[in-house]
Amino acid sequence: MIRLIGILVGLGFTVAVLWAFGSGSAAVIGQGYFVEPTAEHEFHEEPKPLHLASDGPFGKWDLQQLQRGYQVYKEVCSACHSLKYVAFRDLAQLGYSEAEVKATAASWTVPGVDPNTGEATTRPGTPTDYFPSPFANDIAARAANNNAIPPDLSLMTKARHGGAAYVYSLLTGYQEQPAELLERFPDAKTGTGLYYNPYFPNLNLAMAPPLSDGQVTYADGTPATVDQMSKDVAAFLTWTAEPTLIKRKQTGWAVLGFVLFATILAWLAKQQVWAGVKPKRRED
Amino acid sequence: MSFPWAKHYEPKAPLMRYLDEKLPLPRLVYNAIGGGYPVPRNLNYWWNFGVLAGFCLVLQIVTGVILAMHYAANAGVAFASVEHIMRDVNWGWLLRYAHANGASFFFAVIYLHIFRGFFYGSYKAPREMVWLLGVVIFLLLMATGFMGYVLPWGQMSFWGAKVITGLFGAIPLVGEPLQVWLLGGFAPDNAALNRFFSLHYLLPFVIAGVVILHIWALHIPGSSNPTGVEVKSESDTVPFHPYFTAKDGFGLGVFLLVYLAFVFFLPNYLGHPDNYIEANPMATPAHIVPEWYFWPFYAILRAFTADFILPAKLLGVLAMFASILVWFFLPWLDKSPVRSGHYRPLFRKFFWFGLIPAMAVLFYCGGAPAEEPYVMLSQIATAYYFLHFLVILPIVSMVERPEPLPFSITEAVLGSDKQAVLGENTTPAT
Ligand code: HEC
Ligand code: HEM
Repeated sequence: MIRLIGILVGLGFTVAVLWAFGSGSAAVIGQGYFVEPTAEHEFHEEPKPLHLASDGPFGKWDLQQLQRGYQVYKEVCSACHSLKYVAFRDLAQLGYSEAEVKATAASWTVPGVDPNTGEATTRPGTPTDYFPSPFANDIAARAANNNAIPPDLSLMTKARHGGAAYVYSLLTGYQEQPAELLERFPDAKTGTGLYYNPYFPNLNLAMAPPLSDGQVTYADGTPATVDQMSKDVAAFLTWTAEPTLIKRKQTGWAVLGFVLFATILAWLAKQQVWAGVKPKRRED
Repeated sequence: MSFPWAKHYEPKAPLMRYLDEKLPLPRLVYNAIGGGYPVPRNLNYWWNFGVLAGFCLVLQIVTGVILAMHYAANAGVAFASVEHIMRDVNWGWLLRYAHANGASFFFAVIYLHIFRGFFYGSYKAPREMVWLLGVVIFLLLMATGFMGYVLPWGQMSFWGAKVITGLFGAIPLVGEPLQVWLLGGFAPDNAALNRFFSLHYLLPFVIAGVVILHIWALHIPGSSNPTGVEVKSESDTVPFHPYFTAKDGFGLGVFLLVYLAFVFFLPNYLGHPDNYIEANPMATPAHIVPEWYFWPFYAILRAFTADFILPAKLLGVLAMFASILVWFFLPWLDKSPVRSGHYRPLFRKFFWFGLIPAMAVLFYCGGAPAEEPYVMLSQIATAYYFLHFLVILPIVSMVERPEPLPFSITEAVLGSDKQAVLGENTTPAT
């Protein structure tokens, strides 16, 4: 009885799903393509390869590069993007001294309260403060950015496929819209206030190209090309997304080493225990 | 416990004797996973996954309870509290990655454990109850994993919750009120997050309870084995301790090596980047996908794209639930008296060339965008999935001629069994 009902139910689902398959494949054959070609589908590009010192199981921070990246963030990106999960004190991990952290914190203006009147004011940052947001709220952010909100950058490299390589590709990927694209998809012309970038999922974003050659002056003398600054800020954002990254990998080796040792012991113990009952391998 | 030759617990130390008299807990353990539980001597590593699943449950409870000390189940701060765990809590990143990847590995282990059962016919009498309780555990685990994924309150948390609870909306008449009642609102928000956290904390302990029943039920007939031939005599078994504590200990080491490699070196590989964006009800992600361990069922859900007597959406929901519920009926659908796929030529072909590829396709398509050709592929695989369990298995078990079985486990291992030679037991072994 169960089997009879089972067979009927099974055939019911099978017929229903094959019916859907039939109408789906009829549609595909009618159209002559699987997915309707769109500008995004045809012109979107995967991130360019980017190699950072922190990559791979033996990665290490390149503190020089992180400091350069911080400088780019501070002098360029912070005009629009917040970094709300990072505190100034965290910058000590980039190799800055206590005095330098205090000084850089004080160079930022953070929201405060007037101790006498209780009114909202601003004050210089201290190491325990978090990076402030450049806009009072989302409405102000939209108003200043062609109706787009510049996202917080703290977790950016973990929040996109491709991570740091994506950020690097996006910053260096601005270009003229290809003529071929306009020819095939005239409707996909980049709108006003938007910028064409094949690494962005829908190809047009509201962020103007933020970097130009020589925009910052690096203290260590590295030439500040767009490519270099993009790499540096991508490295910096890798750190902001996960300051414990390198500690994690180093801990990983110690833990794996220990577990490997324990597993070898467990193997030997198992061989020992089973030696008595294991049948002799038959010769065949 | 289960066989007359099982060793008896005889405490020697005075303290243990005292304990045994007042509260025979050591005796319970001895009979469950110690020298007092005789196990078939020929178990292969596929039998390791039960112990590993138990390990995963403990791991999830321990890491989860500590995470809960730092996590805040409030839609306004949940996402930030997870970042607080990652950045400020001592070893918080390790706890969180251990828990998030622990969930993935828990599911991986459970899937292998279940597929072990499919191949070796572990669901058959006399172990139906063990199997049924196992399916209950799997359903509870799915609920737990689903609600856990909502807790960090990222984009996938929110939209996944919205899509999955939206499925209830497909039920005729009561669907929408039911959905609102479940969520405590029209869309997932603080009310939903709070109840999900409460249940996410509760369900693992319910699972632990059902695991105890599962093991209890198992210890009545004892474990099956790769030949599927029941234990006949003492020479077929070895005591669980030290033989399988040693073997499972090694298996646990190998499991840990793989699991920890993910925790320390690829902790976000199994996750989705969108979950590092805070939940935003105004911005729909381009592709909403659940965690990888739900992909096969998600593919089945999305395979029903056309109305057929019932609306397509309802069909998809019914099929998704049915695809797991059929497992409950497996002991009665597959009537072959032979358990192990090793001795079932026809069953084996459908298993390796039908079920496994269909599952692989469903896994792949469930994680892919809802576009062609993935939808068409999952439609074929879904059709096969239902045919396999509901049509092919019953028919195969009627028409198939199994290959000859060994007389006993001892014979399978050693090549001969004295009892067989003596003709002590001549009934066909099944
Ligand atoms: C003039 C303001 C402005 C500046 C300066 C600026 N951005 Fe942006 N950024 C935006 C806006 C607006 C968006 C949102 C774009 C959209 O969604 O279309 C954005 C988006 C982004 C994104 C996310 C793209 C995505 O995938 O959603 C990244 C990454 C980014 N910016 C990085 C940077 C970096 C790094 C800098 C510094 C070098 C920088 N931005 C400087 C305004 C700015
Ligand atoms: C059956 C065992 C369990 C499974 C399968 C499971 C699964 C999950 C999953 C998938 C997540 C999301 C992980 C992420 O993306 O961050 C999660 C988060 C969480 N779980 Fe569990 N869990 C289990 C047991 C527990 C227990 C017993 C507790 C507490 C007592 C707990 C507490 C938490 C907390 C506080 C979070 C949110 C923090 C975070 O996102 O990392 N879990 N769980």
